[in-house]
Parts: sequence; C-alpha cells; structure tokens
Amino acid sequence: MGKVAIAVLCALAAGCGGGGTAPQALSADDAAYQQKLQEQFLDAKPGSIIEIPAGRHALDRVLTLRANGVTIRGAGSDKSILSFKNEISGPEGMLVYASDFTIEHLAIEDSKGDGLKVNDGENVTIRDVRVEWTGGPKTTNGAYGIYPVKSKNVLIEDSASIGASDAGIYVGQSQNVIVRRNHAEKNVAGIEIENTINADVYENTATGNTGGILVFNMPNLAQPGQSTRVFNNKSFENNLANFAAKGAAVASVPAGSGVVVNSNPKVEIFDNDIAGNHTANLIISSYFSTNYYNTAGVDPKYDPYPRAIFVYGNRFKGGGDSPDGLELKTLKTAMFGINGHFPDVLWDGYVDTKSLVNGMPPPAERICVQNGDAEVLNADGPNKYKNPKVDKASFQCELPKLAAVELPHS
Amino acid sequence: MCAGALALAACSRTAQPVHFFAEGRPAKLSDWQVVYADGRNLALNEGVVPYDLNTPLFSDYAHKLRTIWLPHGTSAKYNADGSFDFPVGTIISKTFYYPLPKGAARDSKAVARTYDQSTEFGDKTEGERGLKLANVHLVETRILVHREGGWEALPYVWNAAQTEAVLARTGDAMPLELVSDDGAKQAFTYVVPNQNQCAGCHVVDLKTKQIAPIGTKARHLNREYPYVSGSENQLLHLTKLGYLTGLADPASAPKNADWRDAAQPLDARARAYLDINCGHCHNAKGPANTTALDLTIFAAANRYLGVCKPPVAAGRGTGDHFFDIVPGNPQDSILPYRMRSSESGVMMPEQGRTTTHVEGVALIEEWISVLRGTCDTAT
Repeated sequence: MGKVAIAVLCALAAGCGGGGTAPQALSADDAAYQQKLQEQFLDAKPGSIIEIPAGRHALDRVLTLRANGVTIRGAGSDKSILSFKNEISGPEGMLVYASDFTIEHLAIEDSKGDGLKVNDGENVTIRDVRVEWTGGPKTTNGAYGIYPVKSKNVLIEDSASIGASDAGIYVGQSQNVIVRRNHAEKNVAGIEIENTINADVYENTATGNTGGILVFNMPNLAQPGQSTRVFNNKSFENNLANFAAKGAAVASVPAGSGVVVNSNPKVEIFDNDIAGNHTANLIISSYFSTNYYNTAGVDPKYDPYPRAIFVYGNRFKGGGDSPDGLELKTLKTAMFGINGHFPDVLWDGYVDTKSLVNGMPPPAERICVQNGDAEVLNADGPNKYKNPKVDKASFQCELPKLAAVELPHS
Repeated sequence: MCAGALALAACSRTAQPVHFFAEGRPAKLSDWQVVYADGRNLALNEGVVPYDLNTPLFSDYAHKLRTIWLPHGTSAKYNADGSFDFPVGTIISKTFYYPLPKGAARDSKAVARTYDQSTEFGDKTEGERGLKLANVHLVETRILVHREGGWEALPYVWNAAQTEAVLARTGDAMPLELVSDDGAKQAFTYVVPNQNQCAGCHVVDLKTKQIAPIGTKARHLNREYPYVSGSENQLLHLTKLGYLTGLADPASAPKNADWRDAAQPLDARARAYLDINCGHCHNAKGPANTTALDLTIFAAANRYLGVCKPPVAAGRGTGDHFFDIVPGNPQDSILPYRMRSSESGVMMPEQGRTTTHVEGVALIEEWISVLRGTCDTAT
C-alpha cells in the first residue's frame, strides 16, 4: 500500500494511530502505589488478602488477578477508590480469572472498559463495591459496571453501578446467582441477567436507568438461560434516554422500561414496586423485537420466545404514559389517547406458533399475569402493531413457583 | 569470536551456556544467556535457534526476534494443530525492537515504522545471526520458560544504553515515536505487559489456566528461515537439530499464509491474520469464548466467525454497527471498526497495541468487501 493511501486511511479512521498526545502520567506517589498493588496482584495466592487503603488511587493499567482464594478489601465503597481515568492499558478496571474470590468495600471509577469483570470464576462474592463513571451517563463510558460471566455461585450484594454505557450489574452466562440490595442508576440497563441459569434478584433499587431490571437470552451462546426470580425490588422512573451505542445488546431497550424479559424462559416477577417507567412498567418480549435477528447470524436452535413467565403481587404505579420510539408512541396515542397510558404489562405478542394448542401455548409455557387489576397490552408485533389489544383474561393462569437460589458461601 | 578489546568483557560471557532457571525470577535478561548484547550485536547463544512466523501478531509495528532453546538431548513433540509439546527446560525468547529511522541519530524515542528488515541483522558469528545494535532500538525481551509447574512468562525491558534488559514484572510504558520512510511522525505509548497481562494472551484455555506458547505451532512455523547455514524450512531445520520429533514431512504440515504476500489468496491471508491476532482469545476454550466468536483458522466461515453475528458484549465497541461482519460491507462491520480503533474499551485486540495497524485493517476490510451473503432479517 502506498503512503498516500495510508495517510488517507489514517485521516478517515477516528483515533487512528493513537493520537499525538501522551496520556497524563501518574504522580510519583500513584505510580509507586500502582507498582506495589500490581505486585500484590501478581504474588497473590490462596488466602491472600489485598487491602486497598482509604484514599483515591489513580491507576493507568488494568488490575488482573489469576490466583484463586483471594480477597480484595477496601475501607468502604466511598473511601477506597481506584480511579482509572488515565488508563492506558486495559480496558477493564479489574479483571479476575479466579475462583473463591471476594471483593468488598471499595470503588472502581472511570475505567475505559468494564469496571469489574470476573470471567470463569466459581464462588464469587462482590460486596459493597461501587463502580461508577463519574462524568455521568455517556456513550464513551465503559460497557459494564459489575460483570461476572461464565461463573458459578455468584453473590453480588450492597453494591452499586452508576453510568455504565451498557449494563450496570451484568451477570452473563452464569449459574446460581444472587443479586441483592444493590443500587443501579444512570446506566442503560440497571441490572441485567443474561443467559444465566438460576438467579435471584431481590431488594435492589434500579432508578434513572434506561431500563431498570432485564432478564435476557442472547443467541449463539453455549448456555441458554432460564429460571430467574425478580422480587422485592424497586424499579422506578427508569426514563433515561438510551445512550448505548447502536448494535449493543441493550440499545434496543426503550427508555422508560421498568422490568424487561426478553427471550428468557421461566421468569418469576413478584412483590416488586415498579413505578413511573414511561414506556411500560413491565415489558415481555422476544428477540424478534430487537433489530438483531437475522437468519444467517442467529443459530436456528436459539429459542427467541419468553416462555413460562409468571407475574404476580407486584405494586405497579404510573408509567406507560410516554413511551420511547415512534412506533410505541404512535401505538399509545392511537389506543389510549394523548393523555392515556399503556397498561402495566407490555407484551410484543410473539409466540411460538408451532407450539400452540387451541390457539394457546401449552400451560407450562404461558405468560401468566395474576397481578390485581394489571392488564396486558398485546402489541401485535408480528403484524407490525396492526391489531394490538388489551387483555387480561388470556393471562389468568399460574405456573409452578421457582426454587430459591442457594449459594454454598452466602 | 571477539573483534575488539572493548568488547572483551562482554565477550567473555559468551563462554557461558544458556542457563535454565528451574525457579525464581532472574533480575537480568543476560542471566539466562539466551540472547545478550555483546557490544556489537544482540547475540544468540549456541543452540539458540531463531524463528519467524508466517503471519505475526501486530505489536505497534515492532519487529520481533524470536528464539527457542531446548536442553541438550531433549526434543519437542510435533502436533499438527496446537503448540508443540515442549520438554521442561525449554526457553523461548521474543525481543521487540525497531530499526532506527533512516538517517536519524539515535534518540530515546524515534523508531522506524517499516516492514524492511534489511538493516537489522547482526554479524555472522558462531551462533545464528542476531541483531546489529547500531541499527536497532531494543525495547523489551520476553522470556517464556517451561518449568515443572508449567510455562511462565517474564518481561524484561532494555535500558537506554541498550546493554542490558531488566525484569519488569509489573510492566512498563514508554513514549516512542514512529517515523515513516517519508518522515511522518506518530507519537505513541509502547506498553510492556505485566506478568498477568502476558497470561491475557498466553492462557489460551480458560479451564486449565495454563500459560502456553502461541507461535510455536506447525502452521505458523512452516516457512523458510535464513539460517547462517543457508535458507531452510523451519520445521525441517528444527527436526534436523533434534529439537523436533514426530514430523514425517514438512510438506504435509499445515501452513498459514503470509498476510503480506499478495500472491497468496486473500481469504487465506485474512484468516491467517485473524488466527494469530485474535485466535488466542477468540477460540472455543479461550477467554473470549463468552462472545461465541471464533477467529481461529479452524472456524467455519459462518456466524461463529462473525458473519452476520450480533455482538454479545461489545458495548460501545459496536461503533453503532449491528453485526460483526456484514459481507461485502466492511464499513458497517464491527470487526474492522474495533481493529481501526486505538481507544481502550473499543479496540481489539484489547491489549498489545496502542496504535492502529493500518495495513492489517486494510487487509480485513478488503476480505470483508468480497465476502458474499446478506444479513437477512426475514424470519
């Protein structure tokens, strides 16, 4: 390739060549602390406790842990702060490939990528950890705040994620998970359980996100998820404009979504306070409603239908009055008027037609809403919203309740 | 052979054989006696064999001198697909360096951005040719040593005088400046990985968590090398030396394409590039198996190679695109977008570079532009 061509390519490519400015160097104190901390991470072995002293520690490189049985402990999520604002090598703040791992009482701020990622761990405890992007919600923030993936026996409690450009607390492809008493705010998705088997999500607060609490199944992955209980949470006023990059998994979530189930079976949603979410307090939907479905790119074995969804005993309030996106706005106005609102439950209407018996899904695969006077809007997505209808009777059914998740270490 | 009195002190070291440290972390690169600065050359000790890869990993335009040494009387067992089965005691080294910019005096940061290797080879000595110190800027040498407990990675950083490299377990970062043939300058930060980051690429199987060499596979090594004794196929040469057993005929061994050789098929060049640059994470057992994207040479050319595949956890790395690869349309594909980026959190690979590999991106874009098919959303 000629030099001219290279120069042109370079000019076209944003950020090509790493720019001409060197990243801001760490202070001598921070550099010395970083070196010490990196050595602690390198030398850690089962039983090691790495203490993060109170204070704001500027770091410019990801902290990677590969030893099992390690505890990382700060003096409090408002006191011991690891700041990655000037990160040059990452992209995560902390990256953990280890089991029997505990992290508690500290904050991770402004990492270029995910805040805390735990890949392939077993027996993981994340307690009183705050991950935050301090400049508020921005598309350039890291994707995930607290991100255990392909892990087993995971406890995330009393923690917080603020400002993630994808999901704040994101549990992916894991098994046996408890997410409790956490706070998620100003993320695109507050809390997301994705392709995970057996998760209990309770006593969390999700507010000010685009979507509060999500239970999703994505295609092409080794493990399809199922069996999630979402209960005793507060998910209110999640009306933040979606700031995810297009194409990101959560970019299709409309602003104003309280709780969203997408293509994930056996989900039980009960005893939550869900209020003031402008699109709908609860959305039940299929992968077909996202913009990603295509025959070449999606494994035909992938099941895109939300089956066996049981909704009961939630306290819904307000919401549904100002849905996001032209199609939903038009639908709302046409059906309920300018000052009206969607019912509490918005279902996109996709069903596995091959499974229907007398026009209904088999009893074990139905969507059941036994929630006082809460109604369901079947938006008729498969027919481009042509014949939407409000329904209650079709959803009067019960499903067996799911067992509580038990962790060996909680 | 020692040429001058000045070099005598350094030369005396060459009498020492390669030192395999069964444990511990030697503080200086020269402690290993694998490669060392002898005053004129970065020299290779006796029994230390250099090798090249058909298509290498991009590392901010650095050139690499790779070597392998096995204890006397031992050999590695050939394997068609994976890394060879090396005996305990094996020491692999990889020195990252740049030729100096043409006509420029040495300074602390200016290095050449070039694929030209003609000025850098060292003088003919008893061992294989190393590097001519006067013509290169040595940055770091990584040692990968096979011990009883498995492989370990140790990064050493060269001093300003280019006389010694010292252990840098926690890595390093240094401002350098790439200078093109036309004089264009590009400042960047060269990042030396810390020991855990070494594992970021070299742990290719997340379950075993074992560090393993990446380049020492048949398909990467199956090529000629200009040894002092003459040019020869590397697999054949290693076999003749007794370093490799179990290979009947190099002609039957797999061979990746040379990504820069325009005479080779575009698909083979692109797949070779993805294999070495991405496949160590993006394989069925690797740390990026969370994404269901397999970029090894073995992946079928379907969704798992990224064709029409929606991203799983790309976050803002999508660049507003919906699919990893849109056949015929590189500008709408996530994969080249992430290669083009040099921004942490967006760029791929996640580590090992802070600049954009312009020529590598161009190759992948060209490859995608001739792929056929559509990401049809019809249900």
